[in-house]
Amino acid sequence: MQRGAMRLAAVDARSLGLGLHPGMTLADARARLPGLPVHPADPARDAATLSALAAESEMFTPMVALDPPHGLMLDITGCAHLFGGEAGLMRRIRHRFRQRGHAPVLALAPTPDAARALARFGGGDCLSAVAAETRALPVAALEAGEEVLLALNRAGLKDLAALEACPPGVLAARFGAGLVTKLRRVLGQDNARITPLRRLPECMAERHFPEPILALDAVLALVKRLAGDLVQMLEARGEGGRRFELSLFRSDGQVRRLVVETGHACRDPAVIERLLALRIESLADPIDPGFGFDSVRLAVLASEAFGQVQPDFDGHRLEDLALEDLIDRLSTRFGAARVLRAEAEDTHDPVRAARFVPAQRGAVPSLWPEPEPGEGPRRPIRLFEPPQAIEALAEVPDGPPLRFRWRRVLHEVARAEGPERIAPEWWRVEAGTLARDYYRIEDAEGRRFWVFRQGFYGHSGQPPRWFLHGLFA
Amino acid sequence: MSASMADPSADLAFRRVRLARALLSDRVMPADPARSPARISFGLPALDEALQGGLARGALHEFHAVEGADAAAAGGLMLALACRAAETRPIVLVRQDFLERETGALHPAGLPELGLDPARLVLVRVRDVASLLQAGVEAARCPALGAVLLEFWGDHRAFDLTSSRRLALAAQEAALPILMMRAAAPATPSAATTRWQVRPGLSRALEVRAPGPPCFRLRLLKHRQGLDLREWCVEWNRDRAVFESRHAGPAAQNHPQSGGASLSRAVPALPADRDAAGERAGSGFRRAG
Repeated sequence: MQRGAMRLAAVDARSLGLGLHPGMTLADARARLPGLPVHPADPARDAATLSALAAESEMFTPMVALDPPHGLMLDITGCAHLFGGEAGLMRRIRHRFRQRGHAPVLALAPTPDAARALARFGGGDCLSAVAAETRALPVAALEAGEEVLLALNRAGLKDLAALEACPPGVLAARFGAGLVTKLRRVLGQDNARITPLRRLPECMAERHFPEPILALDAVLALVKRLAGDLVQMLEARGEGGRRFELSLFRSDGQVRRLVVETGHACRDPAVIERLLALRIESLADPIDPGFGFDSVRLAVLASEAFGQVQPDFDGHRLEDLALEDLIDRLSTRFGAARVLRAEAEDTHDPVRAARFVPAQRGAVPSLWPEPEPGEGPRRPIRLFEPPQAIEALAEVPDGPPLRFRWRRVLHEVARAEGPERIAPEWWRVEAGTLARDYYRIEDAEGRRFWVFRQGFYGHSGQPPRWFLHGLFA
Repeated sequence: MSASMADPSADLAFRRVRLARALLSDRVMPADPARSPARISFGLPALDEALQGGLARGALHEFHAVEGADAAAAGGLMLALACRAAETRPIVLVRQDFLERETGALHPAGLPELGLDPARLVLVRVRDVASLLQAGVEAARCPALGAVLLEFWGDHRAFDLTSSRRLALAAQEAALPILMMRAAAPATPSAATTRWQVRPGLSRALEVRAPGPPCFRLRLLKHRQGLDLREWCVEWNRDRAVFESRHAGPAAQNHPQSGGASLSRAVPALPADRDAAGERAGSGFRRAG
């Protein structure tokens, strides 16, 4: 919808041949071609499709950037030879996109700006850009806006060759420095690198198959070989990988990515393969090979310096490593947020005094309060958060409960100790939070509870409330 | 072994091979039999004798809490046993998420109070019992561990003879105890070597009716070797890391009035007409914290 009229947003090649063009009103187009099939424009879905194509294009090079609204920019520096040279690569890309029902216009040029100009204004594929082709482009290829275009045309400057002949100072004075920079970029005299969509991996190994592979087992066997290649690269750099990513490129364009992490720098192909196998095994939605995988890539997303481990005589270091391996395996299967280690915090607030952090982050030495010899446990082994409300009968003002009801069961208190007063940390909580008096109590059957009274008797109109916070062993 | 003892050169050769294997292999050697005996003793002679030395190390042991409210006691007993079994080695505890709602989340600050350094514990939280069993088998493959603890709630089809057998085999191969706490679950057939029912016991009262060290009432429900099914009441002594008989010691009586002789230590100053041991509940004081 534009100015109240429905307009064509995009047309296919056939309608273009029949005289339709984007921007034409729908009424006009229908008048020329009464049976014209139209679909409402959906920019969101276009963008999604473009992202999917970008992900798929990563099988050709890791440097892929979006070139909105409907372009993709691939930096193929050093990649073309894998696909039989530039011509082979272009053929492969075109074939792949045509299979999906797209009609790509490909342009190969020394700079991204030149490639964009050639693809959009060159009138067809341009597989080996030479200087003459870019110079023959119309000035519209600079995409400098309507006014500039009009002014350039009025000045008789029709193509880039004519613009290049003008002294840059004059152009900059009349149209701004931006136009000159753009011109230099399109002509390949200045190179602005693209920013890839995803961070480049530290190193990667990949295989492209002549025929799509269907069996996941075969893919896994391949992963081990790729991991072997990666490990060689890592060894050369003196590093070990911390995060590995397996990308599976399906022949129908879908890309599945699996990431595994290790708790320490890893350089063992068997470990990498095992973690990936675990990851695949534990996926909620299993990998669907569809019509097979075209290529597989294993990349190291993060690496760090690798220290060789020398076994000491009692094997402690190796034991630590074995535990780290286990933590990696468990984290891969259940998620890093579910494999935890405890960390102490220096505070009296029981909830904050201990917390769990992902074990993969490595052990942080914590100082835990020493138990007092001869005493019973002072802190419970189970904690309810939030605390559970109980009905308690207690001696006023600060006696322990005599009996209390928790989850509809009445407990008679046989042993009690307290109160241990824990005041709220006023710099953290909102004003008016009440202090808690904690009691360790034991019922007639020996069950031990950690209960507290929030507030004091007689301080406000309402009697203080009782809560159960934890259970002792 | 006796042959090698007789022939010193053979013994030397044996040791050499063992050393070379230890140095060459990337793997950690399985637990040294001298370091971790085949049985986990409770440290309480009466109980250990009845069990022929304690719980088998490379085996699966079940601890049942009949009621959900007893789950904390059963979990505590398991942690105490893990202390004895693992010594300084790390421990993996796998808990089902549902338990957190029912019996509370694990509170690491309570672990040192049982004598277990929280730094040695790796907690794995899992959604369902199938994952829990998977994690248990996976953990048992790690030679560095001292014990694997599993906790889950209720009866589950995923835990049957086959899966428990898998766990028991994993425990046997690794010479590693797998202790399992089951709350509010019927005693379904399983490959566990022993099955216990755990209930808390009324603890030995410290001065002025303060709750003492944790006390457990253990009932042997099943033993592979057909031992007598009996009941014991034990108390966990964190300071010595042993189980003690609940009825031993000078302060065994339940009555606070006769609460045993306390060790000499600082006591708060009190009015002359009041007794530090406290005749009435609520009127006494004791030094704590």
